[in-house]
Amino acid sequence: MKVLVCAKFIPDPNLPMTVDQGSKRLVRDPAQSILDPGDEFGIEAALKLVETHGGEVVSVTMGPDSADAGIRRAMAMGVERSIHITDPALEGSDALTTANVLANVVREEQPDVIICATESTDAYTGMVPGAMAGILDMPQLTFVRSIDVNGSTVKAQRDIENGYQTVTAALPVLITVTASIAEPRYPSFKGMMQAKKKPIDTRDIAAIGLSADAAGEAGARERVTDMRTVEIQKQTRLIEDDGSGDSVDEIVAYLKQVQAI
Amino acid sequence: MADKRVLVWTEVAGDAPHPLSLELLTAARELGTAEAALFCDSPSNCVDTLGQHGASTVHLCNDGVFAGFVAEPHVATLAKLVSENPPDLILFPSTFPARDVMARLAGTLQSGVIANATAVSFDGDSLIATVGYGADNEASVTLDDQPPLLVQVRRKAYAAEEVGGSAEVNEIPAVTPDSGNRVQVVETVQEETEGMNLEDASVIVSGGRGLGKPENFKLVEDLAAQLNAAVGASRAIVDAGWVPYSYQVGQTGKTVKPSVYVAAGISGAIQHVAGMGNSQHVIAINNDPEAPIFEMADLGIVGDALTILPKLTERVQSEK
Ligand SMILES: Cc1cc2nc3c(=O)[nH]c(=O)nc-3n(C[C@H](O)[C@H](O)[C@H](O)COP(=O)(O)OP(=O)(O)OC[C@H]3O[C@@H](n4cnc5c(N)ncnc54)[C@H](O)[C@@H]3O)c2cc1C
Ligand SMILES: Nc1ncnc2c1ncn2[C@@H]1O[C@H](COP(=O)(O)O)[C@@H](O)[C@H]1O
Repeated sequence: MKVLVCAKFIPDPNLPMTVDQGSKRLVRDPAQSILDPGDEFGIEAALKLVETHGGEVVSVTMGPDSADAGIRRAMAMGVERSIHITDPALEGSDALTTANVLANVVREEQPDVIICATESTDAYTGMVPGAMAGILDMPQLTFVRSIDVNGSTVKAQRDIENGYQTVTAALPVLITVTASIAEPRYPSFKGMMQAKKKPIDTRDIAAIGLSADAAGEAGARERVTDMRTVEIQKQTRLIEDDGSGDSVDEIVAYLKQVQAI
Repeated sequence: MADKRVLVWTEVAGDAPHPLSLELLTAARELGTAEAALFCDSPSNCVDTLGQHGASTVHLCNDGVFAGFVAEPHVATLAKLVSENPPDLILFPSTFPARDVMARLAGTLQSGVIANATAVSFDGDSLIATVGYGADNEASVTLDDQPPLLVQVRRKAYAAEEVGGSAEVNEIPAVTPDSGNRVQVVETVQEETEGMNLEDASVIVSGGRGLGKPENFKLVEDLAAQLNAAVGASRAIVDAGWVPYSYQVGQTGKTVKPSVYVAAGISGAIQHVAGMGNSQHVIAINNDPEAPIFEMADLGIVGDALTILPKLTERVQSEK
């Protein structure tokens, strides 16, 4: 079985976001960027599938040159080889362009299963996977928390608003996983050493047949014209509770003030 | 500028239109003529409700294929509807199924999209939206494309309004995708959640790993009961099996915007904050003064949730 896993390289979500006033974009400092933690769940799910059924896990990343750092981490977890689409012309790409670029790689690789996270931790749009499935006319199983492949069919449990659903589909499928799929493994030292030698296939837009006017900012339908930090006017009132539980008075007073009691 | 045709995608929740779609009809009316697309297997009196909220037309597809949610037949049917007579804009609510349909439709039609919008307007034919990024950034975003433009709007960005009126019904047949219906629903399990719906609640009490063990989650439930509040949780304790997934607040759980959010034993990881950062008033109880949750709290109590919660519950009860 061949599993293609999408892995995005994003600014570390645990650090404050900064907006570049000139470009009106989020500052993407490679030194402070990481493999999207959401995609680590996808990688884990992909590795488990191949451990059970045999085959190969390939990852694909569209992102700047520096995204190699994230790709190496995916490889250290166990991804065999990677495809890295990188081109200055891709900067400013919207969700649809990203989906078109990734779909292009899918067409070439012909995987049995494509795995993405339900949404990225920088953009939170969750639009790329479904758009890819639409472009490729492939069944999409989203918000999946368990995957069970049997021959040429897949059975999955997916989260719905107040519970879950069990669904089946024929391969090939595109699956988006939630963080309950399986705890991502931590790369071992051996894994990290091996990762250094694994092949990364780097491609520019010409290699995937995309013209510069269809890529990046130029090809985007969705464009950011302004980005700003919204001042959170929170004046936190911090109270130490020494164990006597006296803070309860303060909480009750506050609850009354905001009319919750 | 009431000259745009705006279609609101609607799903059925129980036997009524999903409340988030009703919110979007308000936005649609502000932008032009509001219409609704309702594809389901039992519309009951949803059409009336949609009309009362300002839909002038309801494009209704009543078909058994929509019994369990699968994106493909939805997208095939919607793609046909909007290709024949494209509306200027389709608005999607912030629900899981809406995301599935919108994303796939975008790929199918090669349409640009905006997700996470908190406001939508037109400048001539160009659409401008405000989009939230993380807890404290927002952007102005334009979308230029052939109609229909596709935009997903966050919850509570608009308020549902009953304006009276009734909708014309345009009945349409379900479209089978070219490649057939490839996804089959085997089983749908609704998990019982006690008490109130998280997304509608004006007060939420949430608990996290700081509660120590599953039995202590009752302290959160007890306080919630006294405050007439809904109960939420961090992912850490959902994954640990203390509470069902339906309780989870955050990036991969529910997005909530209550008047008051009480977080007990929750560290305030960015993925949790993604789901509750827009709460109006936040009270945090955590024994670590450095916990990130305090950065967004109005009232922060540095202390032991296990001793504070029961006392608080008792006091709230005696105040009533
Ligand atoms: C892709 C992805 C998606 C995610 N999605 C979500 C999501 O949707 N929702 C979500 O919540 N998380 C999500 N997470 C997980 C998130 O990163 C955190 O791991 C999680 O929110 C932590 O839960 P917690 O605060 O309960 O636990 P912890 O981080 O362990 O925090 C426990 C807190 O309790 C405090 N504490 C300990 N004892 C006491 C006591 N006696 N009294 C008071 N306080 C005490 C501690 O100081 C600590 O701050 C996601 C992660 C990833 C990678
Ligand atoms: N540039 C990218 N490179 C690789 N995978 C991506 C990229 N953008 C999105 N994805 C995949 O799609 C998921 C959802 O992303 P998004 O739609 O941007 O929220 C991500 O978690 C990835 O799995």
